[in-house]
Amino acid sequence: MFLQHLSLVNFKNYGGLEVELSSKINCFTGNNGVGKTNILDAIYYLSFCKSFLSNNDAVNIKHGDALFVVEGRYQVNDSQELIYCGFETGKRKRFKRNKKEYEKLADHIGLIPLVMISPYDINLITGGSDERRKFVDGIISQFDREYLFDLQRYNRVLAQRNFLLKQYGKTGYIDDSVLDIYDEELVETGQQIHIKREDFVSRMKPVFQQYFTHISKGRETVSLIYNSGLSNQNFREQLQSSRDKDKQARFSTVGIHKDDLDFMLGDFAMRRLGSQGQQKSYLVALKLAQFEFIYQQCGFKPLLLLDDVFDKLDSDRVEQIIMLVAQNNFGQIFITDTNPQRIHQVLSQIEGEYYHYHVSPNQLERVYETI
Amino acid sequence: MEQPKEVITFDPNEFVLMDLNQLPSRLLENAVNEFAKLPGIGKKTALRLVLHLLNQSETDTMQFTKTIEEMKKQVKTCNKCHNISEDELCSICSNPNRDNSVICVVESIKEVIAIENTSQYKGLYHVLGGRISPMDGIGPKDLNIESLIERTTKEPIHEMILALSTTMEGDTTSFYIYRKLSSSNVVLSTLARGISVGDELEYADEITLGRSLVNRIPYHGK
Ligand SMILES: [Zn+2]
Repeated sequence: MFLQHLSLVNFKNYGGLEVELSSKINCFTGNNGVGKTNILDAIYYLSFCKSFLSNNDAVNIKHGDALFVVEGRYQVNDSQELIYCGFETGKRKRFKRNKKEYEKLADHIGLIPLVMISPYDINLITGGSDERRKFVDGIISQFDREYLFDLQRYNRVLAQRNFLLKQYGKTGYIDDSVLDIYDEELVETGQQIHIKREDFVSRMKPVFQQYFTHISKGRETVSLIYNSGLSNQNFREQLQSSRDKDKQARFSTVGIHKDDLDFMLGDFAMRRLGSQGQQKSYLVALKLAQFEFIYQQCGFKPLLLLDDVFDKLDSDRVEQIIMLVAQNNFGQIFITDTNPQRIHQVLSQIEGEYYHYHVSPNQLERVYETI
Repeated sequence: MEQPKEVITFDPNEFVLMDLNQLPSRLLENAVNEFAKLPGIGKKTALRLVLHLLNQSETDTMQFTKTIEEMKKQVKTCNKCHNISEDELCSICSNPNRDNSVICVVESIKEVIAIENTSQYKGLYHVLGGRISPMDGIGPKDLNIESLIERTTKEPIHEMILALSTTMEGDTTSFYIYRKLSSSNVVLSTLARGISVGDELEYADEITLGRSLVNRIPYHGK
């Protein structure tokens, strides 16, 4: 599957834009602020029905206008998929597949799988454990509705249980028989979530390590560890033994809501010791492993978007990353960069189709193509 | 000869355009505020209803208020099952033709009405009055659970059907009752969960479809 043609009307800085795309590599180069990322964001919209930068659709309308339209024509096997996204101020967002409007946006998500790598991914390393749980949960629940259901159930039970514990702080009274019930419900859903997270990380890890080794040319070793209290001790017993502690703390101190992913560089935390280049390489390898996981689950290659990934990365690593994604393991690629020479130098060495667009304020010019 | 009374008429549409917080009469405003307390009734609708009553004959409007008053004064809840009733026992509990070995546990009177409308059930009921949800300020003691447990020791109940909603709170309440009855001989059952009658399989959500597969039932040709 690949995106053949992209059309924008009043989307962000573009009044009107038509872009023909290569089924392999598409590069958009230009200075900061000219709107390279906006092109990738439009492609992201067509997969996830939203911007990757903001949940507010209105901010994506070109200043002074009242509506935007993003349209994409995809080639899927022998047929075409025409995806339309339109948003008008004060109205609901409309999504159409081959001119037929979706009733629910959720029905569209998953049709065009996509993995985006952007500077914002750094939050995965520097942010709290909730960022990393969200990353894992987001990927698993795309393909496992049962997982999503269990997760929603778990969170609901947790909220009720925490509310009881908070009330206990105010009134000094708590109904232990209700806590018992909540514990059972946490065990039932929490264990399922734990098993699936463990399985997910164990499948991701070798792929991830392989990609990292390639990018770093084997200079460093990294690891990915699923850190969960449920791995070492029976969850039911843990809940029982921490009941008093929970009452003192006024919240639930054990469970899968405390899970984390430990990003390791050698024996140390990537967050503390990793250089900027190492951290970036780590994230790229992680996202490429996510790509592989999605590919295995859905059977075709997601679109891969690399937004401004090469900034402040040494040329060795840049070259390794580009060579890696240009291989046949990956499908259609979109890259933005501020440095046209660097990217052209690497890409001119590889075989296969490649379009290079130069982006200047509000317009696009194809400066190079190989077939 | 009697002079015809002056007929006051209002055009409801005219009032809708008015500021609803500035009605021409305080009495009217009080009535509107009372109606607006009802579920699903906004101020606009409340005003329309009040104006309608005002335009009706005095007899009709009095009949309306009298009916409400009588209902409120005379309808009680059944001592046994907490269903609505005009006497100590409701018409279901006092009906000798109902099967008193089966009891169906529901959250509210609404479910009693819904199940009665199916004409498929001949047993008794027990209305809990809600479901366990600390966030809504409802614990087991706020529900009619104790009286339910008591009924299992005083009445010849053989089976209890837990017909609560399939939300997390409904399940919690079912589970709580199950635990309370762990040493009793009452057979517990719950409503079947799965594909709706007349559903196209491809449109069923994945959770429902998945559970329907796991909890499939034997097929005997009909
Ligand atoms: Zn009754």
